[in-house]
This record gives sequence, C-alpha cells and structure tokens, in this order.
Amino acid sequence: MTTTAIRVRGLRKHYPGAARPAVDGIDLDVEHGEVVAVLGPNGAGKTTVVEILEGYRHRDGGEVAVLGTDPGRAGRDWRVRIGVVAQTATDLLDLTPAEAVRHFAGYYPDPRDPDDVLELVGLGGVRQLVGQLSGGQRRRVDVALGIVGRPELLFLDEPTTGFDPQARRDFWQLVRALAAEGTTILLTTHYLEEAEVLADRLAVITGGRIVADATPATLGGRRHRPATVDWLEGGAPRSESTDAPAALVARLAARFGGEVPGLAVRRPSLEDVYLELLATGQAPVELAAAGGAR
Amino acid sequence: MTAAGLAPLPSALPLGLARGALEVKRFFRSREAVVFTFSLPTVLMVLLGSVFGDHGEPAGVTSSQVLAAGMIAAGIMSTTFVSLGTDIAGDRDDGTLKRLRGTPMPAAAYFIGKIVLVAVTTVAQIALMLAVAMALFGLTLPATVGDWLTFGWVFALGVTSCSLLGIAISSTARNARSANAITQIPYLALQFVSGVFVTPITALPDGLVTTASFFPVKWMAQGFRSVFLPDSMAAYEPAGTWELDRVALVLGAWCVIGLVLCLTTFRWRRGQDG
Repeated sequence: MTTTAIRVRGLRKHYPGAARPAVDGIDLDVEHGEVVAVLGPNGAGKTTVVEILEGYRHRDGGEVAVLGTDPGRAGRDWRVRIGVVAQTATDLLDLTPAEAVRHFAGYYPDPRDPDDVLELVGLGGVRQLVGQLSGGQRRRVDVALGIVGRPELLFLDEPTTGFDPQARRDFWQLVRALAAEGTTILLTTHYLEEAEVLADRLAVITGGRIVADATPATLGGRRHRPATVDWLEGGAPRSESTDAPAALVARLAARFGGEVPGLAVRRPSLEDVYLELLATGQAPVELAAAGGAR
Repeated sequence: MTAAGLAPLPSALPLGLARGALEVKRFFRSREAVVFTFSLPTVLMVLLGSVFGDHGEPAGVTSSQVLAAGMIAAGIMSTTFVSLGTDIAGDRDDGTLKRLRGTPMPAAAYFIGKIVLVAVTTVAQIALMLAVAMALFGLTLPATVGDWLTFGWVFALGVTSCSLLGIAISSTARNARSANAITQIPYLALQFVSGVFVTPITALPDGLVTTASFFPVKWMAQGFRSVFLPDSMAAYEPAGTWELDRVALVLGAWCVIGLVLCLTTFRWRRGQDG
C-alpha cells in the first residue's frame, strides 16, 4: 500500500462550453489518517475535485491516485474502501433510517453493525420514515450510509448543512471519533469554524486552483499576524494592533493599576484570513509563500 | 488491512433480491404510485367496458370481453414501460443512482431489483384486471394448456420488451416529472391505434393499424385475445388469423431493440451533470 491516501498532480477539468476550466491544475496530497478540509466559495471547483476523486466524474488531465488506484478505473474492491457523503440527495424517503442502513450494510463485506451506526449518528430509536425527518436528521442518514461500510477514506461534501448548533457539535464528535480510529477524511465545508475544529490541514480553492494549503493555525500566515488588543479607557473603546500583545497588556495593567476594563486580545479569525485569501486569490504563488504552505 | 482482502464481496444476485424487496416495500409505501399505477388500467377497463356493454359480437363474445383482453396488454405496458421509465428517471433525479454509484453495489443488483419490482407489480396488476374482468364481463380463464402457454410467452415477451424500452426512455427525460409525460404519450397513443379502446381493431383506419403494427402493444393485445377469446374471433383480426408467429417475432425484435437502446443510452447521472 502507498503511504499517501490521496495524491493529485496537475488535475484539470474543463466543462464543455464553460469559459474557464473548473479545475485548473491542482496538486493535493492527503496522508493516511489525516483530516483535510477543502474550502472555497461556491463555484470554486471544490465539488468537481471531490467528485473526480470519488470516481463520479472524468478528468481532462493530470494524475490522480486514491488509495493507490485511479478512481476513473476503480472497481468494487476500491469502492468497499471508500465512503461517500455527497450533497443533496432526496432518495430513500419511503424507508426508515434503520431499513436504509441495514440494506446498505449488505453491500459491504465487513460492515459496521447497523444499530451501532444509527447510535453513532444520533438516529438510534428513530422510527419515522426518512421523508418525515428534518433536514439535519436526513443528513445524518447520509453520514450513516457513508460510514456503514467501515471506509478507510471518507468523503464528506458539506456534511453539516442544515444542522442546528447542537447537531453540528455532535457531528464534530463523530468525525473526531472516526479520525481517531484512523479513518482518512476529506471534507468540504462553508463553515470556517468547522474546518478549524476538525481539520489537520486546510486547502483553499478558488478559480479552480489551490491558493493556500496549510494548517488552520498557520493559514495565510495567521500565526504571524499582529494581534489586536481592545480595552475601555474613560468609557471609550480603544484598540491597538501589535506584534507584542503581552507587553502591551502588561503596560496597560500597570497604567490601570490592576484589571484593564473591557480587555480583549484578538488574532485574525480563520474567517478573516480566508476572506482575505479569496479577495487576493489571483496570486497563488505569493500567497502560498506568505502562508508558509507545505 | 483492507476488508476486501479478508471477506469476499457480496454477490450480485442476493444483493439484487434484497434491492427487489426494498423496491417493493418502497412502492407499496408511496400510496399515490400504488393508486395511480394500479387503478388506472382497471378503471379505464371498467368504464369503457360499461360503455360498450354487452354489444354482441358473434360466438357469444361481448365487446367488453374483447376490450378486457386488450386492456391486459395495456396494463402490462403501464407497470413496465410507464412505471419503470418514470421510476428510473426518478432514481436519477433524487440521488438514488448517485448514492449507489458511491457504494460497491454491482450495477446488476440494481437491475435485478427493478426486475423484481416489475414482476411483482405486473403480476398483481394482471391478477386484479383478470379478477375484475371475470366478475364484471364474464371473461373466462384460458381452458387449455396451449392457451396458458401462449399467455405465458406473450406475457414474458411483453414484459421484457416494454421494461427494456422503459429503461431506455428514462434516459431521454430530464427529470422524473418529464419522464411521466414522455412515457404517458406513447402509452395512450399506442392503446388508441392498437385497437385496445376501439374494438375490433379492424374498425380503425388501415393507416393507424399499419402504424400500430410496428409497436409491441398491438401484438400483445392480439396475443391475449387469442388466449381469452374463442378462435372464431380471429376473423376480426386484420389478417383474419391470430398470427401468433408474428406476435412472437415483433415482441422478440422489440426485446432486442430495447436491450440495445438500454446498453447504448443508459446514464447513471442526470443530463446536466458533466
């Protein structure tokens, strides 16, 4: 077995009639056991990339190896080893989650116990038909069907869309548990917080290219950005940008003779850095360098 | 460390039968499907049969009995061509096929599942229509082994050809709703030109009968009339005989055409997906 779960070199895809290629030369590596989040605005090419990796779409150029196999030519042996949670499905409405999960378990040689899977995704004891469930609960059915085959590599395409905050936290717990078992996970999401919490590494795609590939802490040079210190002085909000926030706080503490009213120290959020990346996304080389990308 | 290396992959036949059980369960849970698919041919048969009444045809046969034999052919087309065409377009539309493509389920299992669904619904449909026709119109079941054999092969060839054509036509539909319209038009038109609603078929203009002769419904209806009506009624067929050899030939040819169309046009994805 190769050491890399996903290896992509120079991937290209141009839909007929489109002005620009949807995927314009992407390189990506995902190691076994890694959780990688692919971020990017709508239409950036995320889903195209993921669907090529899943074997749903043909590519126009480049090399792709997923679990050592070209997904365009992969057979059932390969499908046993991957799990797919795709976007937008409205099938299975006339079945209960348990019926669906039990049926799909039959496709795999060594499935998880269907009842365990239902418990794991928080659908234990749900007796209604899928068509009567909320959007968030239906998404859990999708996830259950994606993991019932005990995949080595799991694709999650915007898995928590429509989840309430509690359901999202529960889902994160589940992804962490799967990752702890050694499952490699490729995740696309629009929620920066989700990416930050779950992913070992982030790849930002825009205009069909990867403009940054880094850990959540270092994306876009985030770790080295100046911090912002906020406080209140004479009832008015004050704010200062600094590379040495601890020193500034110490000076403020001395000046106030103890507690500083309204004190807060902020780093740029992942969302700040991400939006900046997209705004300047036309210069991938410089940004990758600035971001300390691997 | 892969599971595939340890345990063998489940084989297509048991998975197909499991899919069939699931399809049948889903079918009977979606009530509109049951009501419409099932009742439409029977309701039409009852209404038209009441209109035609007991208008005597010779040999003690009534118009409603002639109608019933032809309506059974239409009933088969309904549960095969119309239902399957709409159903598979729906599977493409709602993500069923995409989800299945993401699993190690073999493609054959999907089609075995559809065959089971069509077999169950068609047998139930024909049983219902026969029961109603026997109760209301005095239709009698075939009396001889030969007639039962004819019934069997006309049924088998009719179901096979119309199912394959249903699968093929599903690929031309953009979504499930358009698939319903696309399948209804040939379904209704062929019933008219094939002498299902208008009996005997010789009452139709020659041009229509010639057109109908290129398609399966006319021959299925003719085959079923040979089974359920006395042989003297063969005089009311276009050729003056039951032409069973030609029934077999045309339905067999449509099986081959349907298979070729399926193999060349079947898509797992919707049209707009690149």
